Amino acid sequence: MLEQHFPVLPIVLPLMAAPICILLGRSQLAWLFATLISGLSFFISVALLLTTLDQGVLSYALGGWEPPWGIEMRIDVASALVLCVVTGISSLVLVYAKESIAKEIDRSQHTLFYAAHLLCLTGLSGILSTGDAFNLFVFLEISSLATYTLVSLASDKRCLTAAFRYLVMGTIGATFILIGVGMMYMKTGTLNMIDLAARIAEFDGNRTVNTGLAFILVGVSIKLALFPLHMWLPPAYTHAPSAVSAFLASTATKVAVYVMVRFIFTIYGAEYVFYTMSMDIILLVLAIVAIFKCSFMATVQSNVKTVLAFSSVAQIGYMILGISLVSSAGLMAGLLHIFNHALMKGALFMAVGAVFLRTGSVDIKAFQGLGRQMPLTMAAFAIAGLSIIGVPLTAGFVSKWYLVTAALEQQHWIIAFLVLIGSLFAIVYIGRILEAAYFQKPSEITEEKDIKEAPLLMLVPMWILVLANIYFGIETSVSVSAADAASQWLTQPTATMGAAQ
Amino acid sequence: MSFIVDYYNYWIVVFLMMAGFYIVISANNLVKKIVGLNIFQTSVFMMYISIGKVSGGSAPIVAEGITTYSNPLPHVLILTAIVVGVATTAVGLALVVRIKRAYGTVEENEFEDKEDLI
Repeated sequence: MLEQHFPVLPIVLPLMAAPICILLGRSQLAWLFATLISGLSFFISVALLLTTLDQGVLSYALGGWEPPWGIEMRIDVASALVLCVVTGISSLVLVYAKESIAKEIDRSQHTLFYAAHLLCLTGLSGILSTGDAFNLFVFLEISSLATYTLVSLASDKRCLTAAFRYLVMGTIGATFILIGVGMMYMKTGTLNMIDLAARIAEFDGNRTVNTGLAFILVGVSIKLALFPLHMWLPPAYTHAPSAVSAFLASTATKVAVYVMVRFIFTIYGAEYVFYTMSMDIILLVLAIVAIFKCSFMATVQSNVKTVLAFSSVAQIGYMILGISLVSSAGLMAGLLHIFNHALMKGALFMAVGAVFLRTGSVDIKAFQGLGRQMPLTMAAFAIAGLSIIGVPLTAGFVSKWYLVTAALEQQHWIIAFLVLIGSLFAIVYIGRILEAAYFQKPSEITEEKDIKEAPLLMLVPMWILVLANIYFGIETSVSVSAADAASQWLTQPTATMGAAQ
Repeated sequence: MSFIVDYYNYWIVVFLMMAGFYIVISANNLVKKIVGLNIFQTSVFMMYISIGKVSGGSAPIVAEGITTYSNPLPHVLILTAIVVGVATTAVGLALVVRIKRAYGTVEENEFEDKEDLI
């Protein structure tokens, strides 16, 4: 009985739980409650993924109004896969957050933090579940508004200007998407994605539809921090509380990548976007520039969180590169990288947060000699870092392997070569930090203090992610088959997609 | 000429959109940036409302003797978008208040050199 409502539960549960968190009033209680709700959403998402792998697509008419008139919740393999990533990371981050925010966020604001986190989760789950273009915009704004609040909760005052900049850029991006959706509605008279897809095909080459596509792609590119629209991201991730950085870096931009995939493949159709509009060339060039420019920027930063933030922009470049290859294999590599990157970036930001808890700094100097003082944290950092580089037996290797294979499949030797060169930059920026941690003497920041290992509640979620990195690097069948099924589903002709239910 | 006169509402939309966008980019004062953002968003609201107009149609309230109604859906959509806009403005202004407390100013050029913005 309850099972038929599963598609809507990952949205409704955190939405209802957010105000209750504030009413609970006590930090501990709110933490326990938020973690339970997030964990419950995760189990529902896994159930949804298993169902969609089995049956294809799940459609849920919200309030009993049949689509295309009512708002449809529509879950296919791609959305269920990203939904699992988002709710899973959210649960781990919440477990981790208890100790982390005790130091970084004022005590009176702890319940507000949990409420904002759950609202952000609501928005992200909503984006992933909805089958309605306007509803997607609303959920995008719910998650974004919660994100601005989360970023501004840090005790460092620089988080305020970072959050403000993020708010301005994010709102412009969202408004661009709103304009694009309006133009689509103007021409087609519908907002349901499947309905839109069928009707847009009739308006091949219409100027309003083209302009709508341009607005949507630019707006989504701001949200996913595609180079050169990424300038809001490094300050926001650097100055946000560690738990927030870990959550956002592994979910928010990934969901925006999903939105781009959804608009390109489900609504407009790959053929129209890539062959008629030649968007693949633009995305390909921007992705490669992002990989190089931002990987290089990451190598020259002294703040480790900024290093990881620039690395995030570069990794988003890999995902967009996969999409712009215009093949099922490329899209699959992109989706797989969404999954794997969430695992590694989450673990890295958690390790940095643990270092901040013990040393009070995230400068690279604070890492000197930490290999001896915080062995478990630094080992986690090292393994997740190797995964970013793409060393075999880690998850990062698997997605880069599929990306290179997808490029070679189309005889793009240069792209495959550039992907490998990009990884060399990752060796430099991760290597610098590991070198400081394992081969340098303690600096003035770490020398005199008696630095202990991070608390257990931080180590456990961190190591779960690290072990997941290794597990999905060796036993690839689960993640690869899910990503493969998702990309097969997205690249099939739209007509069959509508008929499937 | 008719291209301009017939679509005058869309020309207003375009003008407001560009004016708002320009203010967001160029304004030095954070409150003015929020104002620019609001003008930018309002232009989109007007675009949606223009879409809903059916020529000769009356307000979408059922009444005797009226057969053509304007499309109410864009109006309803934009009601939601207005709420989103209000929430964004509120969060933005709250941030400005905290920035003023932390930095003592809301002029961008006055605090930018006090810190290592990236």
